[in-house]
Amino acid sequence: MARSSTSKDAQDLFHSLRSAYTATPTNLKIIDMYVCFAVFTALIQVAYMALVGSFPFNSFLSGVLSCIGTAVLAVCLRIQVNKENKEFKDLAPERAFADFVLCNLVLHLVIINFLG
Amino acid sequence: MKMVVEVDLQDSSTSDPIRSTSDLDDGRRWRTISGLILTVAICGAASVFQPISDAHRSAALDVFVPVDGSYKSLEEAYEALKTLEILGIDKKSDLSSATCENVVKVLGSSSSTLKDAFNALNVNEILKCKIGEAGPKDIVSQLQAGVKDAKLLLDLLLFCQRLGARLSMKMFLQKEQFPGTDISLGDAEAIFRSIKALSQSDGRWRYSSNNPESSTFAAGLAYETLAGVISLAPTELDPSLIQTLKKGIVKLFDSIQKFDDGTFYFDEKSVDASQGPISTTASVIRGLTSFAASESTGLNLPGDKIVGLAKFFLGVGIPGDAKDFFNQIDALACLEDNKFSVPLILSLPSTVISLTKKEPLKVKVSTVLGSKAPALSVKLTQALSSKSVDSSVINNQELKFDADSATYFLDSFPKNFDVGKYTFVFEILLDDSAHEKVYITEAQTKVPIAATGVISIENAEIAVVDSDIGSVESQKKLDLTKDGAVSLSANHLQKLRLSFQLTTPIGNAFKPHQAFFKLKHESQVEHIYLVKTSGKKAELVLDFLGLVEKLYYLSGKYEIQLTIGDASMENSLLSNIGHIELDLPERPEKAPRPPLQSTEPYSRYGPKAEISHIFRIPEKLPAKQLSLVFLGVIVLPFIGFLIGLTRLGVNIKSFPSSTGSAISALLFHGGIGAVLLLYVLFWLKLDLFTTLKALSLLGVFLLFVGHRTLSQLAAASNKLKSA
Repeated sequence: MARSSTSKDAQDLFHSLRSAYTATPTNLKIIDMYVCFAVFTALIQVAYMALVGSFPFNSFLSGVLSCIGTAVLAVCLRIQVNKENKEFKDLAPERAFADFVLCNLVLHLVIINFLG
Repeated sequence: MKMVVEVDLQDSSTSDPIRSTSDLDDGRRWRTISGLILTVAICGAASVFQPISDAHRSAALDVFVPVDGSYKSLEEAYEALKTLEILGIDKKSDLSSATCENVVKVLGSSSSTLKDAFNALNVNEILKCKIGEAGPKDIVSQLQAGVKDAKLLLDLLLFCQRLGARLSMKMFLQKEQFPGTDISLGDAEAIFRSIKALSQSDGRWRYSSNNPESSTFAAGLAYETLAGVISLAPTELDPSLIQTLKKGIVKLFDSIQKFDDGTFYFDEKSVDASQGPISTTASVIRGLTSFAASESTGLNLPGDKIVGLAKFFLGVGIPGDAKDFFNQIDALACLEDNKFSVPLILSLPSTVISLTKKEPLKVKVSTVLGSKAPALSVKLTQALSSKSVDSSVINNQELKFDADSATYFLDSFPKNFDVGKYTFVFEILLDDSAHEKVYITEAQTKVPIAATGVISIENAEIAVVDSDIGSVESQKKLDLTKDGAVSLSANHLQKLRLSFQLTTPIGNAFKPHQAFFKLKHESQVEHIYLVKTSGKKAELVLDFLGLVEKLYYLSGKYEIQLTIGDASMENSLLSNIGHIELDLPERPEKAPRPPLQSTEPYSRYGPKAEISHIFRIPEKLPAKQLSLVFLGVIVLPFIGFLIGLTRLGVNIKSFPSSTGSAISALLFHGGIGAVLLLYVLFWLKLDLFTTLKALSLLGVFLLFVGHRTLSQLAAASNKLKSA
């Protein structure tokens, strides 16, 4: 009884999460997908490094940190753009996007320099 | 003069060998090198220069060798022919046919360049080929037209010099072959001024008005050209112009450089100059000689520098390169006969005085090319011994003149003239009678002289002495002139004593440079000891008790060899005195073994073992296919992202439609794309600084455009919200 309830609870949880998620606005979903894409790319790089060894360690670091960095910046963008977030009510989403673009450009400059 | 190794004998005590053979040679080699350097440095101040001799003439025939009967270019032909002409070697008949053909061809064709025509005319001046009429006329008119446009110093030189030569050729041919040619410069003063405009305040000249770089070589060319202009000018030029030129010459002499042995030379200041010191100095001398010859007021050049320049060229020796040879001989020919001052060189056929042979010391005075000097007298003012530099052995001795061989000689030396090294100081005094040319000599010529003689070796004896008591066990008298069969025996408790006396011919004490005593074991192990000299006596005491370890405990028969040598010693000797049986104790365990003597004595100079370098092992890189596979795998999340976007129903409907906003939006995206492209280029080939520079520009642009776009978007969305 308990086992089936926990699994049923897990399923219910999953369904409720899914339905709640569909309610989120499209632009936030785009940002979420971007974050997933960045994280997956980082994971594949880590898997590659685990396979062949970390010889140009700076290149590995630069690649992984680029993905993680851009994911972090996207998360920040999501926070600022989300209308339900009371803290950033006064911040225009375009301004947040401009910040996101600027920070990404700076991040990628440093990444490319470190890539070697 | 024999140059003997000056080995410093001050360090070791008498009974210490320096080292065993291999180490000795290293030590001796180092001291040899330092001694030689020291000797050369000292001798640098006093050196002998020889005028051009037959050695030069025979070398010239080897250096200027035509290929298949003719030279590669007319310029080389000219250099070769001029050099051989100055040296007085007649080779013209062999080469004239092929070279003359070339000359005629070049002068006859109207398409030859100015340089070719120049060289052809030069060669013709020496060979005197038969040229037709038309060719030279074209050349002359071409040159005359060219001088008006010529901006280059070289072109002007060609024109002026060669027209001057044509004039002389015309007179030589005594035919009116060139009736229509007008060989004079129309506006000589204007041309003079245009050349003079190329001069610089430091005495050097520029090659052309466009080229800012200046050189001393160009200065020589300039003076040659100006000499040609002056000689071809129909009227006298303004003397103030010539005065300024003379000042320029004085400035040029300020930049002269010198070596320690008193030779002067001109060299270019810039490191990558195409002309070396020989060609630069030769060019300057040629220029000055022709300039002095062309103008009548006379040129005053510092005499010591002229002699220094002559010594520079004589000091070159016999150059191996044809151009250097030509420059050397041409410059010396200019110095031999010029209007300012003709240098005279004092040379000695031999700088060794042998006290036993009693031959006189001969001195020759001649011009640089070996011609006769005018009447003069040579005086030996001082003979400074290397031992006592202050007092002079000979003072103010006048040398006698032998008219048959044209040499000055000194046949009597004072009684206290001992063997050794001296520096003789000669002075030349020209007789007061008026000469056609102005001769100049060095104020004082210092010549290193070596006096040699037979050193008498007396009381040479070798003895084995008991060390405790000091009593002599066996003593033998030595005759060092023949290889004796002295046979001695000693054990490790005894000492070996060698002594002899060396005296110079006049009875002074003599300290030889080399006095070595060598013991050589049957197994080829050698030990060398120095014989110390104090006063007249030279003595060596070997205490075997202390030397046992150094001798590697090797008992047995040792051969004895004595070497006495010096530069001033005519009877240097190396004699095998005999042998000595040494009885040394047994070798203990820890004693060093004698070094292995290789059978081949020069094997140490052979190739050494090859060094195999160990390089850093490069890191192992993964297989190429694996990397490419992962490259493909990396792209997958991006594709997933795009697919997800399409599933979400992403659109670009809010892309602004009005043209102004559309343009700024496009520029915004374009700007971001450009920055990303810049990053790619940065990774591929640019460096950080270029990237940052470009990035700053793009960034400012992007800032403006982005601000515009985003504010327009914000305004649009605000309108939508409020509406």
